[in-house]
Amino acid sequence: MRYALRRLGFYLLAAWAALTLNFFLPRLMPGDPATALFARFKGRLSPEAVKGLREAFGLTDAPVIAQYFTYLAHVLRGDFGTSVAYFPSPVSRVIGGAMGWTLFIAGSAVIVSFALGTLLGVASAWWRNSWLDTVLPPLFAFIGSFPYFWLAMAALYLLGFQKGWFPLGHAYGDDLTPGWNATFIADVFRHAALPVGTVVLATMGGWMLSMRNSMISVLGSDYVALARAKGLPPARVVLRYAARNALLPSVTGFGMAIGFVLGGSLLTEIVFSYPGQGYLLVQAVRNQDYPLMQGIFLVITLAVLGANWLVDLVYVWLDPRTREDGQ
Amino acid sequence: MSANAASARATGIAAWWEAIRRDRKASLGVALIGLFVLVGLIGPWFVAADAQVTLPLQPPSFAHWFGTTGQGQDVLAQTVMGTRVSLLIGFAVGGAVVLIGALMGVAAGYYGGRVDAVLSLVFNVFLVLPGLPLAIVIAAYLPSGPGTVALVLIVTGWAWNARVMRAQTLMLRQRDFVAAAVVSGESSLRIIVHEILPNMTSLLVAQVIGSAVYAIGAQVGLEFLGLGDVSIVTWGTNLYWATNDSALLTGAWWTFVPTGLCVALVGFGLVMLNSGFDEITNPRLQLERAWRAWLLGRGVPVTRSTPVAP
Repeated sequence: MRYALRRLGFYLLAAWAALTLNFFLPRLMPGDPATALFARFKGRLSPEAVKGLREAFGLTDAPVIAQYFTYLAHVLRGDFGTSVAYFPSPVSRVIGGAMGWTLFIAGSAVIVSFALGTLLGVASAWWRNSWLDTVLPPLFAFIGSFPYFWLAMAALYLLGFQKGWFPLGHAYGDDLTPGWNATFIADVFRHAALPVGTVVLATMGGWMLSMRNSMISVLGSDYVALARAKGLPPARVVLRYAARNALLPSVTGFGMAIGFVLGGSLLTEIVFSYPGQGYLLVQAVRNQDYPLMQGIFLVITLAVLGANWLVDLVYVWLDPRTREDGQ
Repeated sequence: MSANAASARATGIAAWWEAIRRDRKASLGVALIGLFVLVGLIGPWFVAADAQVTLPLQPPSFAHWFGTTGQGQDVLAQTVMGTRVSLLIGFAVGGAVVLIGALMGVAAGYYGGRVDAVLSLVFNVFLVLPGLPLAIVIAAYLPSGPGTVALVLIVTGWAWNARVMRAQTLMLRQRDFVAAAVVSGESSLRIIVHEILPNMTSLLVAQVIGSAVYAIGAQVGLEFLGLGDVSIVTWGTNLYWATNDSALLTGAWWTFVPTGLCVALVGFGLVMLNSGFDEITNPRLQLERAWRAWLLGRGVPVTRSTPVAP
């Protein structure tokens, strides 16, 4: 467990770096959120109100170091300040309502893409030079060259607008009330199909290629040759002997890809007007809602760090060498 | 530079050109990139006349090959004009992140110890922070424009290069020729510049190409969000306007298809160039190919040399 704890320490450090960055960015850059809000209300706010707002955003006249600790204390209590775009709702409430949708979309996209791509990689390494191995990789390389959100636009246009097979946006139909019943859940899946599908399509090729290359080198190793010589069934040799070891580099890459895919899925959400963080982010950018933007950045960063740690735990489970203590 | 060195360089370039010409992937990549660079360089002169505003959302016709946007601009002209800025930012950011990454990575790998511990920690933290949200937060505070976009992409994109360079430096550090240079008392800076960096040239080129792919994609994403200067014509702002004018829901596919295809073709060209470049410079692949050619020349049927199950 030493390894897992060491990684946890690293992620805590990264989280602290993100917090600190978040604190100093507005103080290093020209302009501040209260002035932006002041401009938004076009002079209808009195100077006292602006001063109050600045205090609400943590921009007091206190020494920077004191501000810093106040800020940390606020964040630890889950207080990210007040949203400008959704004034006067607190940022934490605005973000909280949207977080579930983002985790749903990005999480299922990452997992489906990894599983499908890895399986395809195993298959194409086993059946070398079949059509699977010669046609799919360049095809995926080409599809992967499109921005995720552009694929989303194309899919929305073709399958949603032209064919009418999928809804044009939102997370569920306007005529439904959220609840744990079959109609609602089916509707949520129907709405998620295109956003998740386009991200999967764009990212699957990378997993396939990485798994294929790593499988090929593992398939050439002595212990796989021995397993085959012993006459073990091919499925067992491929999955239990080769694939498990070949998976390690992909799992390492998986942690790093989470942040990247999440970024892409935020943009995809915008195309589908999906009520997640991506949609909020656009609102925040359009309204110069700095507290909301920073809150989203923090929450997403924490989610990515947490996901990375989970991946590390999976790695510990897959690779016994990381479990040896005292290393 | 002496005449001799100049002619040696000329033959070097000729040899490169020959190698690229013979490699299918590399030729495809060079052709695609060359085409777009040409469009970016001289294209704007040809379409400047078509840039004036006409009827909005016209489908492709003889007068407007790619149709018109929601603002009544010619889509072909917008796409061609966007090429210049987008490629410029892409390659500039690609070069810059590799430069910073190389500085940090080589320093970490070469000096080791505490220098390595600190630098590695910094770039590992940057690597794990989600790039797009960070880029948005930084960009939102700065005046919008291509310079800001380039700056935030550099800040969020250098860490991966640093990590790759560090690994490569650690490997080179173990080699005898570096040990010999250390023993003969050469300065660290000289060893890095004259012994280590020249041996990383092909990696550096590959990283610049890979980073340019990242930069073009990320730039389009940021500008699509509205973080660019929306009055400057780039591929990203073209897509921003396409969604803003709700092109999708009015069925105006021509407003977003050309730009997306351009982004994809440039990205695909760069990826092809990189993998062709790898085939040319990777000695193992070179040997494999030469061996196969030799066998095939003698009528021996061969498949790939890696031992794989039937």
